[in-house]
Amino acid sequence: MSTVFINDIEIEVGPKENLVQAAERAGVEIPHYCWHHDLSVVASCRMCLVEVGEKKPDGTIAMIPKLVPACQTPAKPNTVVLTNSEKVKKAQAQTLEFLLLNHPLDCSICDQAGECYLQDYTYKFGNAESRLNEPKVQRVDKYHIGEQIALFTDRCVMCTRCVRFTREISGTAELQVTNRGSVEEIDIFPGEPCNNKLAGNVVDLCPVGALCSKDFLYKKRVWWLKTQDSVCQDCSTGCSIHVDQEDNRLYRLRPRENPQAQGSFMCDEGRFGWKYIQSEARLTAPRIGKALAAVGQHAELSSADAHVGNGQFENGHVSASEIGHGRVGSGSSSGRRHIHDPGAVNEFAKVDPWPQVLSETRQAIKSAVDAGADRFAVVLSPMMFCEEAYLLAKYIKSISKKVTLALGPVPIVGEDDQYPKGPKGEPPAEGKVKFTIRAEKCPNRLGVEAVLEHFQGEVIGFDELAGRLSAKRIDGLYLVGGYQGTWIDESKLSMFDALSTLIVQDFLSSPLTDMATIVLASATFAERHGTVVNHAGLAQEVHPVIRGATDVRPDGRLLFDLAQRQGLYSAPAIRKEMAKEIPAFAAFDGEIGALGIQLFNIVEGKRA
Amino acid sequence: MSFEPVLLRRRGKPNSQSLESYRADGGYTALKKALAMEAPKVIEAVQKSGLRGRGGAGFSTGLKWTFLPKDVQGPIYLCINGDESEPGTFNNRVLLEDDPHQVLEGIVISGYATKSTTAYLYLRYEYGDCYRTCEKAIEEMYANNLLGKNILGSDYSLDIYLHRGACAYICGEETGLIESLEGKRAWPRIKPPFPAIEGAFRRPTVVNNIETMACVTQILDRGPEWFQSIGIASEHPKDPGSYGPKLYCISGHVNNPGLVELPLGVTARELIDKHAGGVWKGRKAKAVVPGGISMGFLSADELDTKLDFAGPGKAGCLGLGTAAVIVIDDQTSMVDVLYNTCRFFAHESCGQCTPCREGTAWSAKILARIRAGQGTLKDLDTLTDISNSIGIMPGTTICGLADGAAWPIKNALKKFRPEFEEYITSGRRSQSFEVVGSH
Repeated sequence: MSTVFINDIEIEVGPKENLVQAAERAGVEIPHYCWHHDLSVVASCRMCLVEVGEKKPDGTIAMIPKLVPACQTPAKPNTVVLTNSEKVKKAQAQTLEFLLLNHPLDCSICDQAGECYLQDYTYKFGNAESRLNEPKVQRVDKYHIGEQIALFTDRCVMCTRCVRFTREISGTAELQVTNRGSVEEIDIFPGEPCNNKLAGNVVDLCPVGALCSKDFLYKKRVWWLKTQDSVCQDCSTGCSIHVDQEDNRLYRLRPRENPQAQGSFMCDEGRFGWKYIQSEARLTAPRIGKALAAVGQHAELSSADAHVGNGQFENGHVSASEIGHGRVGSGSSSGRRHIHDPGAVNEFAKVDPWPQVLSETRQAIKSAVDAGADRFAVVLSPMMFCEEAYLLAKYIKSISKKVTLALGPVPIVGEDDQYPKGPKGEPPAEGKVKFTIRAEKCPNRLGVEAVLEHFQGEVIGFDELAGRLSAKRIDGLYLVGGYQGTWIDESKLSMFDALSTLIVQDFLSSPLTDMATIVLASATFAERHGTVVNHAGLAQEVHPVIRGATDVRPDGRLLFDLAQRQGLYSAPAIRKEMAKEIPAFAAFDGEIGALGIQLFNIVEGKRA
Repeated sequence: MSFEPVLLRRRGKPNSQSLESYRADGGYTALKKALAMEAPKVIEAVQKSGLRGRGGAGFSTGLKWTFLPKDVQGPIYLCINGDESEPGTFNNRVLLEDDPHQVLEGIVISGYATKSTTAYLYLRYEYGDCYRTCEKAIEEMYANNLLGKNILGSDYSLDIYLHRGACAYICGEETGLIESLEGKRAWPRIKPPFPAIEGAFRRPTVVNNIETMACVTQILDRGPEWFQSIGIASEHPKDPGSYGPKLYCISGHVNNPGLVELPLGVTARELIDKHAGGVWKGRKAKAVVPGGISMGFLSADELDTKLDFAGPGKAGCLGLGTAAVIVIDDQTSMVDVLYNTCRFFAHESCGQCTPCREGTAWSAKILARIRAGQGTLKDLDTLTDISNSIGIMPGTTICGLADGAAWPIKNALKKFRPEFEEYITSGRRSQSFEVVGSH
């Protein structure tokens, strides 16, 4: 630690900090464009110029006559920094005038407006007017620069953050500076667009509106967006993210800096992979009985019935086919119970279907367990949050200890993808890894496994369960999905054929939901509250950002109500309960905070 | 006392480029002397001579060598800057075309003194003849044990690589040169680390000028005392003096443009009248560039300025630079001169630092408008503002290119302001021919 003086504020700073960071600690903003703590220092934008001197032991201060870039200057002991002197203010205003010389005045159509450092700094440090009396340099926009990114060339301030990112973080080096002087531009090699899996980060890095995300382009003014802290669900890295929504619609995900999780960036799979949340395939209501596609073959169902509904609750209405006829499908299995009171149709159509559905679900579970607890199994998905896994496991085990709890399929795609890549696309040497997209495409295997180990004593993998299913040793199954895509294909469905009870809790319709006797329409991470544990044992909190469809229920609340607990689902309260009950979750006793807590000690991929 | 050229003594001799003729004139005796000395003694001799780098900044060569870390494991690199791009400068070219061995001998001596393992001779691309003469000379040296393993039977080994640039002014900036040598875009590096600590390929590196190398040969051959006996002595303890012979490049509106070797400290007037045959067409000089266009202008009243390291600075110029004297006659418009200057720097600004990238182009645009008869007096204030806010000196850029771009503007607007004002108020348009190119 060393002491530096920022505008007379005395502040302790770390050994490797520069003056921008030191000033930040002192609550003083030093404007900067090119400097970014994860990229090399180039000190070229010259926005961070400050006056620097040294406080001598005798108390006198010797100032350096010229201005120096704060980003390039280490915060040595007794450094004196002036960020608000007339000289500094003049240099800041002058640099901004230079930067704005050829910058178009197109804020009104620029995506960055509202979160633009050129706007913000001009308000804070700049001059209101440009003295430029000449035509501006005009450059052609490059919409082709990447699949996900577009370059609005004339807005660029040449900070080269994007170029350094592709060289130092992704290692793919697609972006470069072409030309020289005031006509230079960011560009790609012809025919080699910037399509690496981290490319979207250049949009966040760009301090102005030059690099824009095509996905978000012209979709929403940023000042309307409301931001919530969350965690990316796409792989076990568990990147801390911001989720931006407006009017209950998601617009974009952005990385949230977290040195304990992933650092400052996120991959494009996570960044753009959230569209399933607003997908047409979302289940919008719970359902008892088989869907039309699956039941249409049954002769009992008249065409009129089929017209009225397909057995799903939709928009708060339960279909007359189920209620009126009281039966969908063969109706002979003991695990299948249906609503029988025809007179209740109109009244019930206006109320929440969930009490009825949950009651039916409890009944179905009870009947199945009664018929043979060792022939009933529950699959906990690695997509579940810790609290949800706990609620379900605890509830099931409270019914019977003999019910099998198993882990759902753990999606593994290829191998861990590490960055920066070498010149031939090879992965970085050990110790040089700056970002990893993990092969394990689920956010919370470790958390769910810890719950399973507590309640089941071991982690029974899905393959083993599938074996039992195929061997017809299971009659009833409660399965939680929550995967982002189709996770089970038609060819594997036969193992579920013999089940008399199949309860599926999921948010996307799938061949399996079509087969299910009860479908519990659940929610995506954007609608849920809970905790996930990443590959390194770091527990982070996911906050709800939007509300799902009226008759969709967030998993936590769904399971809370299924277990007939009193009160409302609250993730922190459940965590406290877990901390008391399960030693592995003892750290849940405290606050998780924005950056998460180290929940497990992970040694070689395993919980120690 | 008449001065006999030393650096240029072999210029014009038949076959002056060959090793045979160089040896016949006593070549490579300096190297033998140096190899017989301890390396630190060679540095000492060069420091004692007072040799200051001839590339423009005028930093003490011997002192620069001492900045290399002691007891380095692994390679040390010596980069020789032959990217002679400062407008008006051609001394490196003459030295390499006419007497390459004198320079190459200096490189081997300097390499020995700095314990360099490899030397890179960086030549600007346009110097094709230099490239070919150097290539041939280096071949001869390898064939005669003057390069390669155990030079002249000593323990010292050195390899030289000739590297051709790609026509960019910024490659003459020492760290720009290093970046270019490494195969990158020639964007000058931020310092520290200085090249002596971390230069080419992240190794300790010395960057020296071609003419400096020729001087090193002569210092070792004739002794530091000889070098000290020439030029202008130090005036006060902080002034390192201006010793030795200097190659002055004279161009522009004179009768006999060319390269002359004179003791440091000749006046601009003497240079023009005595060594360049006076201003052409019987005209008078209006302005004189003392040392390459980036150094600014001397006015007609300042022609008695001594062209040593300190002289031009006293007259408000940036420095001696490369001692490339460009004479501008009294029929030439300073508006045109300044426009051309600004256009050059706008074209050559590497574009890394905001103030230089935008400031150089902006000033060129303003001057273009003034030349088109659309200027206002306020433009002159804007130009002054721009010139005061770009460069290392105010601290707003990484390298000195912006200072070089700013100085001609500052000097022109200070020393010739009435001419600019008259030009603008008359609403005149420039009649001079504009070379197509640049922006």
